[in-house]
Amino acid sequence: MRPTRPVGVVGYGVYVPRYRIAAKEIARLWTDGQGGVPVDAKSVPGPDEDTITMSIEAARNALARAGVPAERLSAVWIGSESHPYSVKPSGTVVAEALGAAPWVSAADFEFACKAGTEALTAGMALVGSGMADYALAIGADTAQSRPGDALEYTASAGAGAFIIGPATEALATIDATVSYATDTPDFYRRAERPYPVHGNRFTGEPAYFHQIQSAARRLLDDLGKVASDFTYAIFHQPNAKFPQAVAKRLGFSDAQIAPGLLSPQIGNTYSGAALVGLGATLDVAQPGDTIFVTSYGSGAGSDAYALTVTEGILERRGRAPLTEAYLRRQVFVDYGVYVKWVGKLVMG
Amino acid sequence: MEIARHWRQRGARYRLEGQRSRSTGAVRFPAQPPALGEELNEWELVTLSGRGEIYSFSVIRQAPDGYDAFTPYPVALVRLAEGPLVSAQLTDCAEGDLAIGQSVEMATRLLVDGGADDVLVYGYKFRPTIQ
Repeated sequence: MRPTRPVGVVGYGVYVPRYRIAAKEIARLWTDGQGGVPVDAKSVPGPDEDTITMSIEAARNALARAGVPAERLSAVWIGSESHPYSVKPSGTVVAEALGAAPWVSAADFEFACKAGTEALTAGMALVGSGMADYALAIGADTAQSRPGDALEYTASAGAGAFIIGPATEALATIDATVSYATDTPDFYRRAERPYPVHGNRFTGEPAYFHQIQSAARRLLDDLGKVASDFTYAIFHQPNAKFPQAVAKRLGFSDAQIAPGLLSPQIGNTYSGAALVGLGATLDVAQPGDTIFVTSYGSGAGSDAYALTVTEGILERRGRAPLTEAYLRRQVFVDYGVYVKWVGKLVMG
Repeated sequence: MEIARHWRQRGARYRLEGQRSRSTGAVRFPAQPPALGEELNEWELVTLSGRGEIYSFSVIRQAPDGYDAFTPYPVALVRLAEGPLVSAQLTDCAEGDLAIGQSVEMATRLLVDGGADDVLVYGYKFRPTIQ
């Protein structure tokens, strides 16, 4: 899919909370420290952080890089599975905080871990049709997990924000996209339930791998390209192993995915994951580099994108903190502090 | 629940919206109504940069209702780059990380969660400058 008017990323921003918990600290509680862990550590939201606050900071970074006044945003769209309210859009608070309100479309998107890229594709359409010049798409989550469940080792927090604008102003053009979705119930959370459930091994082949490989291969075919034509690639990262395995199957090398592979350090930021990875990759990319991105959301589906970095990256990159600045300030907490902060204690 | 009060303050709390004097250039925060006899348009709205430094600070260990989850948390008087002195919570830091004169920046965070049937109140806090 391509819009009528060429579009691109005019500004991007990333946010990762300061706090981490080591996967081995979680294993200490539940497996006596025995067995392997899927990541080294995951990010933990502070007690005053949620999808709204993380979205605001990532979006402020994106606006700083874009150099576009907030009131010129025609859309503030936030993809998440952890919107703080069930009814009351996160987008309204974020748009107000940025200064984008009141003449703005503000909405929340939901599609498990690919809600953020759903917003990105919608933003491409809004700008690409000529209806608007700038749209802000955010993927952010403070992911939930049942104590002791396999998800508890990885379910983390982070946000990525992208301002879509005309390709002529872009720091990276978005050259094409595809979306792939099937009814594959690998992971879900019923209404009123605090924690999601998952299908264990079922989350692998028919879910994650099938959706990502289908979307990625279709986009490569549409473009007449192969994996080695791209400088970098990012795949949704629920753990450390899956994105490396799917990259290998599709023909991408370890070097291509290295800058955007953050799950070993910060876990799975859900709706943020592919977008934070793309932000970290833009932090190191040079003009002319090409980037291949494929998200994944349980339920299930994938969005794939091909981008080309422009000269604009050189001047705009330094206008906001790089992803590395957020990763570097890490402070580890123990399991007790973690459960207190993420609301896992029953206070009576 | 005080929805109307929180709603009225959203410009100041979310964006650090203050006022600048058209005649002297002085900046004040938060915004106030014009004084008696003052020109109605003497003060214009201005969004402050969010940059400043710690003027003084303390640490709250026994918190008021609704703030227990955050304890211990630092509070500070912050001298904003534009001049005003504001009191605010500090976040993303511990007592040992802080010093008078230290550079801080604004972050929009959850101020208080009044419970499952209340609104979530967001607003400015300050933290050690990242960049």
